[in-house]
Amino acid sequence: MEIGSRTIHRRPQPGAILGPGLVLAFAAGIVLLSTSALDRRREYQRARLAAYPDSAPPRTRRAPPSGRKALTGHTVTINRPRHELFAFWRDFSNLPTFMSNVEKVIEAEPGRSIWTIAGPVGFSVDLDTEIVEERQDELIAWRTLPGSDVEAEGRITFRDAPDGRGTVVSAEVAYRPPGGEVGRWIAKLFQREPGIQGRRELKRFKMLMETGEIATSANRKNS
Amino acid sequence: MRALTWHGKHDVRVETVPDPEIVNPRDAIIEVTATAICGSDLHLYDGVIPGMIAGDVLGHEFMGRVVDAGPSSTLKPGERVVVPFTIACGHCFFCEKQQFSACDNSNPVAKQDISETLYGHAMSGLFGYSHLTGGYAGGQAEYVRVPFSDVGPIVIPDGLSDEQVLFLSDILPTGWMAADNADIEQGDTVAVWGCGPVGLFAVQSARIMGARVIAIDHYPRRLELARGLGAEVIDFEQTSVLDALMEMTGGIGPDAVIDAVGMESHGFAVDNLLDAAKQRIGIGADRGHALREAIMACRKGGRISMPGVYGGFLDKFPLGALMEKGLQLRTGQTHVQHYTADLLRRIGEGEIDTTFLISHRLPLEQAPEGYANFKDNQNEWTKVVLHPGQ
Repeated sequence: MEIGSRTIHRRPQPGAILGPGLVLAFAAGIVLLSTSALDRRREYQRARLAAYPDSAPPRTRRAPPSGRKALTGHTVTINRPRHELFAFWRDFSNLPTFMSNVEKVIEAEPGRSIWTIAGPVGFSVDLDTEIVEERQDELIAWRTLPGSDVEAEGRITFRDAPDGRGTVVSAEVAYRPPGGEVGRWIAKLFQREPGIQGRRELKRFKMLMETGEIATSANRKNS
Repeated sequence: MRALTWHGKHDVRVETVPDPEIVNPRDAIIEVTATAICGSDLHLYDGVIPGMIAGDVLGHEFMGRVVDAGPSSTLKPGERVVVPFTIACGHCFFCEKQQFSACDNSNPVAKQDISETLYGHAMSGLFGYSHLTGGYAGGQAEYVRVPFSDVGPIVIPDGLSDEQVLFLSDILPTGWMAADNADIEQGDTVAVWGCGPVGLFAVQSARIMGARVIAIDHYPRRLELARGLGAEVIDFEQTSVLDALMEMTGGIGPDAVIDAVGMESHGFAVDNLLDAAKQRIGIGADRGHALREAIMACRKGGRISMPGVYGGFLDKFPLGALMEKGLQLRTGQTHVQHYTADLLRRIGEGEIDTTFLISHRLPLEQAPEGYANFKDNQNEWTKVVLHPGQ
């Protein structure tokens, strides 16, 4: 019968099974090879860093720092005097005006504050933080206390930009992402990842300080 | 309110959308009395600019009457203003350097990511020109929300009509900056590719700055307008442009060249056909025949000024010619706010007339017709002015 003959004609050739199998094996081989190549590359980068450290901030390094905390940060130059920026930032109750994911900051006692931060998919996390170092008009460094939802530490620095161009503001956060590396990627997907958030918040801070408002293309107040 | 909205390639519609309101303290609301379709709107119309969303209100050349002003605006209800298409905060490093189209603060933060990926940095917000530049609703509408209204809009004295000053919003300063970027010196010859509105204003500006001007196009009516402004003209369909420019400049080449064409060059040169094919299948190549020709024509050590709009990547860019001949290239979205006061004065004193350009006046409701004709009948439709509320 025709159908039978078609079946015969379509009998899988050995190569048809072998083919995809080979491709898979080959792909797996490439993944394994590239993983080990990547490891070797990172080893090389770390060794090179140890021998010839360059001037760039650690968060821009190709090889992630050893240890389990993710490091992220961003820098902006703001055309306002250093003391003004520091004073605005140091009053933590101002932060939710430009940090869209910070729901509230409560100063529980001097030097200790609780931050409620929106996470991905409607969750929020509480950071119980203490200031570990503060230099007037220069730097605020903080870290989370045991029992906080996320383990993190960070610092914001203010220094004069060259030739009267305002203030260079850098923020850096090291944190253990809830859910590990997978959690970090999920957060990234929802644009709640600290790297993206931090960059946007610094830009909003700059807008507010330089122009008195935060730019929006919304045509109505509640749109 | 009624507004012209974008829905896709060659699909624009006049629709009813919510009225804008004051959102930020420095905002003002303008009731639009005149607005124009810009050559760069055709790039949106042709779907070659990324970052558009269906329903976006187009239009970045507009003027009107202030109807509402936020507490930090310096405008007063009733004042007539022309609004620059570049939105600028006035206080950042770039605004203080008068580089308004590089403003750090007018492009909303969440909109900056795409341009940072595409271009390395985010540019200023623009009205009605894709979400790469902020996603701001544009001026081909009855009302517009104008952010940073204390910096951009220029108040117009009563003696001047809308049509005399409307083009201060974009094309006149853009043509002027094109000539300014050409660094014209005594005795210079400047060649201008493209006799659209910006090209014609570049011709006019370069003439005022003292240059001899050669204008290049293929639409007889547009070449006539250029001739009327004091330019010699080359029709690229009847003449070999490179040969002609060499012969007309004593074998030297033009001292400065201006590309007022941009990413959708016309013509049937081989490079242009290849670019057009790539643009059609969406692999992101700009179509840069005019720019390539301008670079080839420019004299050694000369200047290239590029007001034409480009959005992505250009193939076969004659970088060798640029380097070996030691050319300088200057370009950018126009720093409109830097030029408006001086140009308004020149209009008021009668030195500059821009109304010669207007070929058609339509009510806003007929804007889609205006787009189709401005694109397809470029010889006759040199500039379309829309009047909302008519």
